[in-house]
Amino acid sequence: MHDPAIPVGDAPGPDQLAAWLVSVGDRRDRGAFEALFRHFAPRLKSYFRRFGDADGRADEVLQETFATIWSKAHLYDPAKASAATWIFTIARNRRIDAFRRERRPEFDPQDPAFVPETGPGGEDFVTVRERTEIVAAALAGLSGEQSEILRLSFFEDQSHDAIAHRLGLPVGTVKSRIRLAYGHLRARLAAQSGGLL
Amino acid sequence: MSIRHHVGDDLIVAYATGELEEAASLIVATHMALCPQCRAALALAETVGGTLIESAAKADMGDGEFEALMQRIDRVEPVSPSVPAPARGEAFVLPQPLRDYAGGDVGGLRWRSLGGGVRHLPLATGTSRARARLLYIPAGARVPDHGHRGLELTLVLAGSFYDQGAWFRRGDVEEADATVEHQPVAGPEEPCICLAVTDAPLRFRSLIPRLAQPFLGI
Repeated sequence: MHDPAIPVGDAPGPDQLAAWLVSVGDRRDRGAFEALFRHFAPRLKSYFRRFGDADGRADEVLQETFATIWSKAHLYDPAKASAATWIFTIARNRRIDAFRRERRPEFDPQDPAFVPETGPGGEDFVTVRERTEIVAAALAGLSGEQSEILRLSFFEDQSHDAIAHRLGLPVGTVKSRIRLAYGHLRARLAAQSGGLL
Repeated sequence: MSIRHHVGDDLIVAYATGELEEAASLIVATHMALCPQCRAALALAETVGGTLIESAAKADMGDGEFEALMQRIDRVEPVSPSVPAPARGEAFVLPQPLRDYAGGDVGGLRWRSLGGGVRHLPLATGTSRARARLLYIPAGARVPDHGHRGLELTLVLAGSFYDQGAWFRRGDVEEADATVEHQPVAGPEEPCICLAVTDAPLRFRSLIPRLAQPFLGI
């Protein structure tokens, strides 16, 4: 893993991004935080623009998201998620809050009633790297239509009905294709983890 | 006891994308707290989100956005986590996030009577079309025969119920779509407490809900 204090080239890898995020959580490392901002802010801005019309709104939610990343970075566990995935979940929750004005219910691993993983088959059975690689490979293997449906379902605040309308497909077809695309991912993961997931 | 009835992939993906509205998200999140297997499935779906963010188009950034962000962060007082975390091993019936929505664990709730010993507690879930509420069904009692206009999700938190040929216990989720007319019956061992989310208010088939009927035959 790189020394997180040393910024690298234009396309930092997952290990570098995770190290930066850990460094922000451990040491309030402003250099690492800036490096994360340079990498993720332009991508998240285009994500937020899909949910809100006015440019100023997306900028505001972008700032809220990075303020949240700053204050919650100590909770980030690189053994549980890649930096990109963890940051996606923060961004998603901020935009639900901002654009839909709803709370986002989340489970709390620190809660005494939380049931932790026990042994193989738990969420730690495949490593973050394996999971990320499986997802990347599986996404590359989806048909154009499947990957479009999956992308729309993550990147637009559209119900299955709206996606169906937009693609000119029956809503049942959209639902079954999302299920199919996701089932495809799960099957690959199951193969990788020896059928335990 | 391991969970046998899980939330479906549709719900997991919709929770991961953020599309799922608040009431249904509450039941998914509460199930997740009790179910490591579904958390693994969620982690997979969220990895799709992370991967899509990595490959997203890059919007143009304005000058000084990072500096403005740091000024904002420096202005905000650091929030110290002053609320002490509850001790591990403390036995809560309601896991988070449900406890926050209910305003506490089951001991101190302001139940409202539905008659026949059945009680409920409606939960505030924002602008959701769906409704969420806690249900308390005495041991052995049956929930009135009902159909529903949309999807109905029921998560067991204490006790058990029997419906549609299967037993549901702590952590189990029953999904019933609009075509199902059913009559869940609480198990005989203790009162059944569950979280129920309905797309639309239930329409009961009988005018007077038959809540009082004890169920003795199981």
